[in-house]
Amino acid sequence: MDHSSLAGRIFRGVALALVLVFFMFPIVWILMMSFQTNEQILRIPPRILFEPTLANYQALISGHLRTTAGNLEISFMRNLMNSFVLSSAAVLLALLLGVPAAYAFARFKFRLGESIAFTLLSFRFAPPLLVLLPLSLYYQQLGLNDTYFGIVWVYQLIALPLILWIVRGYFEDISPDIEHAYRLAGHSWREAFTRIAVPLAGPGIAAAGLLSFIFCWNNFVFALILASADKQPVTVGALAFVTASGIQYGQIAAAIVLSVTPTLLLALYAQRYLVEGLSLGAVKG
Amino acid sequence: MARLELNSVGKAFGAVRCANDLSLIVEPGEIVAVFGPSGSGKTVLLRMIAGMFEPDEGDILVGGRSIIGAPPEHRGVGMAFQNFALFPHMSAQDNIASGLRAKAAGGEVTSRVNSISRLLKIEHVLGHMPRELSNGQKQRTALARALIGNPEVLLLDDPLRNVDAKLRYEMRLELPSLLRRSSAAVLYVTQDYREAMAIADRIAVLIEGRLVQVARPEEIYARPASVAVARLFGDPSINLAEVTPRAEQGALTAEVAGTRVRLESPDRQPADYGACWLGVRPDDLTVARTAGEGAIPARIVAITPMHERAVLLLRFADGIEWLAALPPDAAVGSAEDSVFVRFAPEAALLFDRASGLRIGLPPRRQAA
Repeated sequence: MDHSSLAGRIFRGVALALVLVFFMFPIVWILMMSFQTNEQILRIPPRILFEPTLANYQALISGHLRTTAGNLEISFMRNLMNSFVLSSAAVLLALLLGVPAAYAFARFKFRLGESIAFTLLSFRFAPPLLVLLPLSLYYQQLGLNDTYFGIVWVYQLIALPLILWIVRGYFEDISPDIEHAYRLAGHSWREAFTRIAVPLAGPGIAAAGLLSFIFCWNNFVFALILASADKQPVTVGALAFVTASGIQYGQIAAAIVLSVTPTLLLALYAQRYLVEGLSLGAVKG
Repeated sequence: MARLELNSVGKAFGAVRCANDLSLIVEPGEIVAVFGPSGSGKTVLLRMIAGMFEPDEGDILVGGRSIIGAPPEHRGVGMAFQNFALFPHMSAQDNIASGLRAKAAGGEVTSRVNSISRLLKIEHVLGHMPRELSNGQKQRTALARALIGNPEVLLLDDPLRNVDAKLRYEMRLELPSLLRRSSAAVLYVTQDYREAMAIADRIAVLIEGRLVQVARPEEIYARPASVAVARLFGDPSINLAEVTPRAEQGALTAEVAGTRVRLESPDRQPADYGACWLGVRPDDLTVARTAGEGAIPARIVAITPMHERAVLLLRFADGIEWLAALPPDAAVGSAEDSVFVRFAPEAALLFDRASGLRIGLPPRRQAA
């Protein structure tokens, strides 16, 4: 690094700037759009300097959208709430199911164990569209269509494999002797699991939970097919801005900013956890 | 307190037999060292007693009651692990107390933790987390945790392996009295024969999953059951030579490097023992400049001064090399000098060359 030439340093700087602009520009542009009216957005050529307006956010939060074709009721805040409820419930359920399962896969060799673990992982390979048609038919038969529980359940396809495989690596890294020592001290295996294994795998569980929360939050297609308007998350709710009188770019931008902010804050806050957690689990000591 | 009893315990992992017909009794208050080279099945044996694996055959009894099938927490067994296995997210205090919390009330826990940590000299680090402790403190914490519940059986898996030499020496002196205070039946696994001899009342020698000899330390040293046991005890290790002893006129002799030496007969009436190993400990050799009956001519190849003695590497005429450990003031010459090596007839051990087992009655001899 230190003894690289001046040209090398300049090249590195330019390359980094290019990459940064490439990835950050859309986000910055969306943020700017969210403070503009539709007319300002559609102006050609677009301007960097403009008079900001909060109308888009007001419309989203109040739920009344005034368009040239009349007033439109939108349920964006409800969608946002749905996203919270669905993602949190899905992650919670996945943790309840996935952490004990990860422990079992890490500690015990059992028949078909690896096959089961791999099958669960393979849910992440399959495109969701592949399973959606049969799934929606099942859901109609089972009465799970358009229920919160139904969506939380289908989100397990996203969250469960992630949690299972990340947390499993963590449990494998804990020396079994530590748990043996706790049991010899007079505690049952259940206590050894809850007081030794789970706390020691804590960073990994947190990282896996966070990651699966973000994946659930960003999911679009499951909720689009399996839920109706009042149970849909923001990703689907944003479609409401494609109206008969035109596409409400300003509101879409504001909606995107609002829906990205929670996960972005969460990821930034837990960044240290995420990086440390994910890498620790992967590197065997 | 209760005695620990192993009855023909066996265990295999796939094709590898880690324990073969192991039978052993450890009385309460007794310390038995399980000694053997690495991979001989010592740790597997401890883990079967602790309940981490179940044996394939045989029975394990504590106080006359079988503990096979019982979960580890109900076996009355305490264990200190080689890698300490402290709970990394708990302070030393909580680590030690973990063994009592399940059984005793809060006030009693605190006073017991305090008294045991005073005994082990770790009371000043009770508030520390394991990562802040030195290896010696970790090891003492692990010992305190194993001792505090007053287990009927105490298993120590090479507890001094990962501590520095000075502390290991100190602990070798302290441990026996500390362990006896608990009056538990103690199994102490080690790979260091000196540690086994210093700490244990009896030593159980485990080789390839079999208990080859169980006896008092000085007896194992003086009368090893086989060549393999003889080789494991002693540093420098025992000198060996291939011999075929001959019984003549009521005396037993053997030819070592072309010199006929007299041996003490293992039996009252010497017999034909066939092909044997002759074993003589380096401490039992004397080296002199003068020839004489039964003195084997040799050349000094090298002299290594060790703190309390000098070790001579000797080469006989037939190329065999032996070691002699002599007092450092025994000036016998320098490298390349020709000398004569003698040993007392009763110092020689005879082992059958095919089976490796020691032949006949044990020759009486003081342990070094």
